[in-house]
Amino acid sequence: MRFDWGFFEHYLFEPSSVFLHGLWLTLCISVISQSIGTAIGIAGALGTQSRFRIIRAVVAFYTWLMRGTPLLVQIVFIYTGLAAANIFRFEDIDLGFAVIPGNIQAGIVALSLNEGAYMTEIVRAGILSVDHGQTEAAKSLGMTYLRLMRRIILPQAARVIIPPLGNEFNAMLKNTTLVSVIGVPELLLATNMQISATFRVFELLSVVALYYLALTTLWGFAQRAIDRRFGNPAQSLPPRESMADGLRRLLLPRHVR
Amino acid sequence: MTEILQAIGGVPVTSTEKVVEAIDVDKWFGAHQVLKGVSLTVKRGEVVVIVGPSGSGKTTFIRCLNHLEKIRKGRILVNGQLIGYRERNGRLIEDSERNIARQRREIGMVFQRFNLFPHLTALGNIIEAPIQVRGIAKAEAIETARALLGRVGLAEKAESYPAQLSGGQQQRVAIARALAMRPSLMLFDEATSALDPEMIGEVLEVMKELAREGMTMIAVTHEMGFAREVADRVVMMDDGRIIEDTEPEQFFTAPRSERSKAFLARILH
Repeated sequence: MRFDWGFFEHYLFEPSSVFLHGLWLTLCISVISQSIGTAIGIAGALGTQSRFRIIRAVVAFYTWLMRGTPLLVQIVFIYTGLAAANIFRFEDIDLGFAVIPGNIQAGIVALSLNEGAYMTEIVRAGILSVDHGQTEAAKSLGMTYLRLMRRIILPQAARVIIPPLGNEFNAMLKNTTLVSVIGVPELLLATNMQISATFRVFELLSVVALYYLALTTLWGFAQRAIDRRFGNPAQSLPPRESMADGLRRLLLPRHVR
Repeated sequence: MTEILQAIGGVPVTSTEKVVEAIDVDKWFGAHQVLKGVSLTVKRGEVVVIVGPSGSGKTTFIRCLNHLEKIRKGRILVNGQLIGYRERNGRLIEDSERNIARQRREIGMVFQRFNLFPHLTALGNIIEAPIQVRGIAKAEAIETARALLGRVGLAEKAESYPAQLSGGQQQRVAIARALAMRPSLMLFDEATSALDPEMIGEVLEVMKELAREGMTMIAVTHEMGFAREVADRVVMMDDGRIIEDTEPEQFFTAPRSERSKAFLARILH
């Protein structure tokens, strides 16, 4: 079978609604899972600093387990395994305006938990990179632990955290393909459905590969802009604006700011 | 540089005559005892300078006063309140984090390495704790911070980041940051030791002014000129003990112990 350029172009430039829906799902799942994973990572990193041994042990076990088993196994385990063992079954959630199917929830949970383990290590490295004198100064001013973390340590740790966080999100965009095995119709499964209907394996996989390349390339530009602003640890001068202000400026159109 | 404390409404009021009362404090680092039964009382408005060879425990001791270091034995009271611990059946139990943080509000500390927050401007450094910890309105905190910056000669540097300031300027901001909490006690931990020689003077000037205005201060320092000029008492520490606690004139002209004499001979020549 020869490569059908016409077919390729058609699907590349006029993607079907199934494909576009898959693209939308991929983006949603990536952003949500990365956000939850980052939140877990911050909590986990604080846990590694806890003075209670039990909390440190729980965090160590969690990162050991999530980083030591394949993501694909985790996804199937959380969705199919837990249900088969009658432990927990993900049911569809009806929000009124939209229904979130159980398999998408399970996919997000698995990706978030997996990402949280990696983010725990990244955030921990960030916290440890901040000079201990900062903690002492904040304590001497009467700040409690959580307040000094939020106001003093994490904003400084962000410089060390943000570059690897960008790489994590790049990986996340591609790791979402794994939730296709539990039937989430994201970009890869949407493509596979079209392959089944047309048998154009080469053309359609080329199209989907180009879409992933476009996503990661666009993210690469965004990452470079963000790194320039906050993430360069070698930069001795502080940022000219707060992180929240900077993100607002980068992400929001002028009239919303 | 005059009337720095006016910026925070004058000398903070304390309820007790004794601002600091340390009784028989022991402190260990692992198997090494760094404080051996240290007792010290500092009255309201007093300026106490602690001197001594390195490793004598002087820095560790003032870090115990705001519970940056735990103690093994003894009592430390600031304004009559037991610092860092609760007493239960005669035993000391470490206090809750919240209570310790509350006690630290009353105790300003200036560090050898300044420890300014590099992601905040000079003004941001000063208003952070008053707003976050004391719950003071932002406008009021800014007003106080600008007044303080003006009094330490840095009115134009409010919007500068620490990396854009010289060491001396950073340390003056750090003093203003501590004062903004209206502490009743100021601790200086070798506040001029990390400075280039030409910047030591500007920081000492601020410290001297605070002393003249009646701030209760404990300063660990090697600046003997400062001790001689403004200290009410000079405390000499050696090997984890206080070996001399006397007026500066007496200390510099006729020290009682041999070790004080040896120390002075080394440091003054």
